[in-house]
Amino acid sequence: MADRSPAPDTPELRERWGAFEFTESYRERADKAIARYPEGRQRSAVMPLLDLAQRQVGEETNTQGWLPLPVIEYVADYLDMPVIRVLEVASFYFMYNLKPVGRYHVQVCGTTPCMLRGSDGLFEVCKKRGMSKGHVSEDGLWTLTEVECMGNCATAPMVQINDDNYEDLTPERLDEILDELAAGKQPKTGTQIPGKRTSEPEGGPTTLKEMVDANHDYRKDW
Amino acid sequence: MPKVTVDGQEIEVPDGATVLQACELAGKEIPRFCYHERLSIAGNCRMCLVEVKPGPPKPQASCALPATEGQEIRTDTPMVKTAREGVMEFLLINHPLDCPICDQGGECDLQDQSVAYGRGGSRYHENKRAVTEKYMGPLIKTVMTRCIHCTRCVRFSEEIAGVDEIGAVGRGEDMQITTYLEQAAEHELSANVIDLCPVGALTSRPYAFEARPWELKKTLSIDVSDAVGANIRLDSRGREVMRALPRINDDVNEEWISDKARYQVDGLSKRRLDKVFMRVKGGLKPASWDEAFKAIAKAKPGKDIAAIAGDMVDCETMFAAKALLKACGSNLLEGRQTGMDYDVSNLAAVNFNSTFAGIETADAILIVGSYIRWEAPLVNVRLRKAVKRGAKVFVIGAFWDTTYPAHFLGDDLSILGDLPEEVAEAFAKAERPAIIMGGAALARGALGAGLGFAEQFKLVRDGWNGFNVLHFSAARMGGLMLGFAQEGGMKDVVAAKPKVVISLGADEMDFGPFADALKVYIGHHGDKGAHAADIILPGASYAEKDGTYVNTEGRVQFAEKAVFAPGDAREDWTILRALADALGVSVGFDSFAQLQAAMIAEVPALGEEGLADYGALPKADAKAKAEGTIAEYPIKDFYLTNPIARASAVMQRCSAELLHGGDLAEAAE
Repeated sequence: MADRSPAPDTPELRERWGAFEFTESYRERADKAIARYPEGRQRSAVMPLLDLAQRQVGEETNTQGWLPLPVIEYVADYLDMPVIRVLEVASFYFMYNLKPVGRYHVQVCGTTPCMLRGSDGLFEVCKKRGMSKGHVSEDGLWTLTEVECMGNCATAPMVQINDDNYEDLTPERLDEILDELAAGKQPKTGTQIPGKRTSEPEGGPTTLKEMVDANHDYRKDW
Repeated sequence: MPKVTVDGQEIEVPDGATVLQACELAGKEIPRFCYHERLSIAGNCRMCLVEVKPGPPKPQASCALPATEGQEIRTDTPMVKTAREGVMEFLLINHPLDCPICDQGGECDLQDQSVAYGRGGSRYHENKRAVTEKYMGPLIKTVMTRCIHCTRCVRFSEEIAGVDEIGAVGRGEDMQITTYLEQAAEHELSANVIDLCPVGALTSRPYAFEARPWELKKTLSIDVSDAVGANIRLDSRGREVMRALPRINDDVNEEWISDKARYQVDGLSKRRLDKVFMRVKGGLKPASWDEAFKAIAKAKPGKDIAAIAGDMVDCETMFAAKALLKACGSNLLEGRQTGMDYDVSNLAAVNFNSTFAGIETADAILIVGSYIRWEAPLVNVRLRKAVKRGAKVFVIGAFWDTTYPAHFLGDDLSILGDLPEEVAEAFAKAERPAIIMGGAALARGALGAGLGFAEQFKLVRDGWNGFNVLHFSAARMGGLMLGFAQEGGMKDVVAAKPKVVISLGADEMDFGPFADALKVYIGHHGDKGAHAADIILPGASYAEKDGTYVNTEGRVQFAEKAVFAPGDAREDWTILRALADALGVSVGFDSFAQLQAAMIAEVPALGEEGLADYGALPKADAKAKAEGTIAEYPIKDFYLTNPIARASAVMQRCSAELLHGGDLAEAAE
């Protein structure tokens, strides 16, 4: 399991992030998130605010973004709540990065369905590109994390990179995606099988075929 | 009132009771770790599983399940037994087997319950989880590998103390209890988490590896570090008090005590006066009791003798001094060392009349000149509860962190006579309005104006008395009941020019004006009083004598002697009794029992444990006005308010580290 302790509180960290503040557009989005909750319950907006802070840090560092301690303190201050409560939330959810990450955060699912469908091969591909679990690659481009089920078992194996899912992968397909990302292009998201739209069966329906064109009453077949 | 059946026994339980409470009412013991009567329900340890019908066919956590009409609860079935064994086994998976080196050993919930409800052996062969220690300050020692994540400490700091400093970071197996960035827990009640911790994860740092619970003698005592009179238990071994723990008393301290009450006890064996000293040519030299008494007799005080009571003396000592002075023909008694001279003709006017339990039910509270968090941390807990119930709190005085929402009206006392409109309206509408006057207000003569406020807003009504004075000297109310007050306070004592001044552990007074008098200090610590004294007669501290104490709500409580005083030190009343012989007067008692009987004969209220009745509030003086500003409070340093605390290494470290931002002492260790 990934190390979930926050990055150490050093003078350098304070110097770099001590003055963190939401930019105009992020502040607008933060206030909108807070406004969703009734008066006196502003703390409920802690999760969207942490996400926004992480995104802004990402923009500033040209990475996926992470949450340095001063930024966590800023969010606590913004919501007028104790820092420890914010840290509890930030350390609970894996979507908040507590340590610096690369430009692309490659989260490979290694849970049973994905593993059976070949996620080991995907790790190989990542490894070849210099990624290792929990670390930022030397070129600052990649961070590899093995994650548990992301709910795409029907299109296993899958990888989540930053905000997008890439499904129905093979080592070759993942290689292409990573190439495109490295080149600064946006690959097609979702399933990678040509012609397939979402999670429908490959090569057309295999069950409930009569339902494709019209509603069919199967009850008499039971 | 739902009716439930517990193990075949039908009982009626109060509305809103949980299944666990129903089982307890039926006399069944339900094992638990996370559930605590005074904290919110978490339901995360799963130890309290029982079988409940109707409901799913599986064990249910009884602490979080409401008792409803017709429930059939079983606590004795094989299913419950195996469920408890299972939970116990899971809890022990990551719990180290280090009981022999654990300070909780012998008073450990996990140990006791695994004996009672566990399966006897372990089937676990994998590696156990290890967690790094977390620094939580000079009082709390952590061994976080032992933590079972009951979150009692987290809930205590959030709900009772009101400072969110402890939290659970991480999730699942990686969950760890910590303070933010391992900062020290800074609240005055922080050490109560040690008692709450059901395992040895949070233990007492000063008491680490000192003793085992079963080798300690337990003595019921009363805390004297403030005027709350918290009920404590002194655990002693041989002649040393090892630790102080709270006793449960819902009327006074509930289940908590302040860190000072808990940790000043190491001061009981430091800087002690264990010999008689006399000042010879400007320096203090050891002497014998005889020499000292002769020197006092030589001063021939006659009726020019005064006695000043310190903040921590018991009623018996004060009464013995009073009897001695009376036999000499003097009545120069005073206990308000710092020179306060508020009117004490009616003690109801200087008493905490609402009682601590009562102030919880107040719905509008005006605090005048009291830094309650430092003057009486346990009262602040009550106020927090009141605010949670919807009370509005207003404060006149300099700002302090209340831990609950409070409206600061400014530090100008004249506001008391001229309240802002919304405040006046809040009090006019309140059903149970209350005022709390602190030492800072009394010192500035605001008592009369406070009584005026009480009359204006009818603070005394059917079944409710909202007029409160909060003292912070354990001896204050007892002293006032025994007449330790001059009309003009210390000024009158100075004006009387006594030849002999007896200081009963009075360390906060100014000895300067008594330069010509023979100053006799009867006390236990070499503090300010001893420095100024001409003759030092070593006395006993609160742990070393039986004694009666009256807390700020007028509650008479009795403390027992835990250990013997060190060296030549004697119980104070015996010193005063011997002094009477030296001065050739008769005080009329030869034993502690006689002394107590004489005291009770004079002030019958001191003979009955419980609230003393001071009668009705006096009529307010319509002309009384409060003036002046409260820019600061009398207590400058919470951890160093009395000679015992000042002698305590633990309290000094707390003061340096927590209040004055000193370097963490741990770094140097």
